[in-house]
Amino acid sequence: MITVIFYILSAITLGAALLTVLSRNPIHSAIYMIVCFFSIAGHYMLLNAQFLAVVHVIVYTGSVMILLLFTLMLLNLKEKHEPHKAIISKITAVLASCLMAFVLFAAFMKAHPVIEQYKETGVDFQSVKVLGNVLFTDYLVPFEFASVLLLLAMIGVVMISKKDLKQDVD
Amino acid sequence: MAENVLKLIGIDSYIYLTILLFSVGILGVLFRRSMIVLLMSIEIMLNAVNLLLVVFSVYHQDSAGQVFVFFSMAVAAAEVAVGLSILVSIFRNAGSIDFATLRNLKG
Repeated sequence: MITVIFYILSAITLGAALLTVLSRNPIHSAIYMIVCFFSIAGHYMLLNAQFLAVVHVIVYTGSVMILLLFTLMLLNLKEKHEPHKAIISKITAVLASCLMAFVLFAAFMKAHPVIEQYKETGVDFQSVKVLGNVLFTDYLVPFEFASVLLLLAMIGVVMISKKDLKQDVD
Repeated sequence: MAENVLKLIGIDSYIYLTILLFSVGILGVLFRRSMIVLLMSIEIMLNAVNLLLVVFSVYHQDSAGQVFVFFSMAVAAAEVAVGLSILVSIFRNAGSIDFATLRNLKG
């Protein structure tokens, strides 16, 4: 049962990722990307990482998706917004990514895990309670710096994307 | 129900899945010329690595990996916001989001 769910979710993940890359309309790309991210959240649920599944859905469908769609709306692209690439560079791109996959496969086929046999210890390590405890004791300083990072990103985005006032006066 | 998913499937399948997902992201970066699809491909690659981190965290029964994934999600959100605002300002100045047109520094 779980195995079937895993294979279905993996098929959805890979198919949606491929459709994201290959579809011509950028809005379709954004929507396929969200399907891909939902299936990754499903993988997190399957691994019993509830906290990360919820955070993933909130971050990626709540903020990234909305940002991407707003940007697409602002840009107001035509259907044919990008010129066709030469066929040779398309072939090169496919070849290069296949070779990358081949190299990674070759590297990981030979690798042996440190723990040879996976077995459960029964210790609770990924419930929301335990993760919150870890986050606010061992990783408190990085957690606070993450908030600083988000604040700086927000200020930076406003500074970058606002129109230059001096140019409007001229 | 989901207690022993790694025992049933094995960590190898997850590793292969994330390798394929990462390669799809690379294909997107190389294949397309639109900058917005490029950003989406980078997000796909980031998510492949995040998924692998979670799998290893479950495999080692250690919560540190999941905390790192949480931080990398925060960084990803900031990165998308900054990237999209840079993209909007490029679109205002150059009139297209095809990155082959950006060759002012080439001389």
